[in-house]
Amino acid sequence: MRYHLASIPEVNAGEWRLKIGGEAAQSPYELSLDQLKSNFEQVELAAVCLCSGNRRGMFEPHVTGVQWGPGAMGNAKWRGVRLRDVLAKAGIRKEAVEVVFDGADGPAIAQTPDFVKSVPLWKAIDENTLIAYEMNGAPLPHWNGYPARIVVPGWTATYWMKHVIAINAVSKPLSGFWMNPAYRIPKGRFPLVDRFVTQETEATMPITEMVVNSLMTSPLPGQKVRRGSIVDINGIAWDGGYGVNRVEVSADGGQTWHAAGLGPDHGRYSFRQFSVKFRPDKIGPATVMAKASNRIGATQTFELIHNPAGYHHNVVQRLTVEVV
Amino acid sequence: MRTLVISLLLLAGTALADEGSIRLKEGPGKDKVMANCIMCHSVDYVQMNSVFLDRNGWTASVNKMVKVMGAPIKDEEIPQIVDYLTRYYGK
Repeated sequence: MRYHLASIPEVNAGEWRLKIGGEAAQSPYELSLDQLKSNFEQVELAAVCLCSGNRRGMFEPHVTGVQWGPGAMGNAKWRGVRLRDVLAKAGIRKEAVEVVFDGADGPAIAQTPDFVKSVPLWKAIDENTLIAYEMNGAPLPHWNGYPARIVVPGWTATYWMKHVIAINAVSKPLSGFWMNPAYRIPKGRFPLVDRFVTQETEATMPITEMVVNSLMTSPLPGQKVRRGSIVDINGIAWDGGYGVNRVEVSADGGQTWHAAGLGPDHGRYSFRQFSVKFRPDKIGPATVMAKASNRIGATQTFELIHNPAGYHHNVVQRLTVEVV
Repeated sequence: MRTLVISLLLLAGTALADEGSIRLKEGPGKDKVMANCIMCHSVDYVQMNSVFLDRNGWTASVNKMVKVMGAPIKDEEIPQIVDYLTRYYGK
């Protein structure tokens, strides 16, 4: 789990309250956990939660920050209520432009900027944006944001506020370190659809949806495989919520590609498993690659789109196995 | 539903080393690092960046902690911290 701030309380669910307000809300109110669960329609969806800096450690040239490998992600079923329903009860005024989330965690020293994030109103009222209190059929574990967190399917985890305690509709764009300069990408360099217009500057925009990506989970780099044997190539693929519909795999360094079989479809925000078999026929190293595409025709890149914060690394993965 | 979750954290390798097992190297300035840095973040941040940062890089990093994150490090202790990081965790 990744937190920005060091003071992370063990939240007592009985005392926990969620405050809904902001200057663009007509009637601010608050909810207990029981009220959150019982006063609104409950929904569940599967979605990938992925750190914006996933794979940052693989950037060349190097960039600073947590040196993540490919593991800063998870996929789960999130159960909760729609943020739009909770907001509607507060009467959102038409001048609202963003919805701001704050969590119970805070800085160890007062001078550190508190971790507060906003999403554009249109994303906040998307029917898939949730206030979740369950993960995979059980109460949210502490480190996943107990007792309730924001789930913004398709978007990177920076917006998925853990231990959420305040939701504010605002008529002016949120400022602060975690909105700008943090979590920014250069404008126009990535093939993204979702924009966050109220936060855009001439040069940068906030990170929004995940880029289409995949990860082979087997074989492992350097693994020895027998010539003539059947080798399973398995992995997962995901995107920003359009839905992965194709994964191609190469076992000869990209010269020929084969469509992989796709696993069960748990919905367009979930990752999708893929698998394909190959039979190596030559002794020596063999380079295996996987490339995912989604329903809007976006695919992974072969060359890194470099950016200062080290986001959106979706370069086609290559690994080499040893055929013996 | 549990089958859906596949934990990938192990794949992150050294970036997620068990921080309880990480001990900073002994040397002059270590006490300043322990006193000023780890109140807000774990020591693995030092280790994971050690292969990338030279003196300029560590200086920028410490300055960011002071100016952006508000770390209350005394001015006279900044060079001692940078010296330690450069000497023991420098590129």
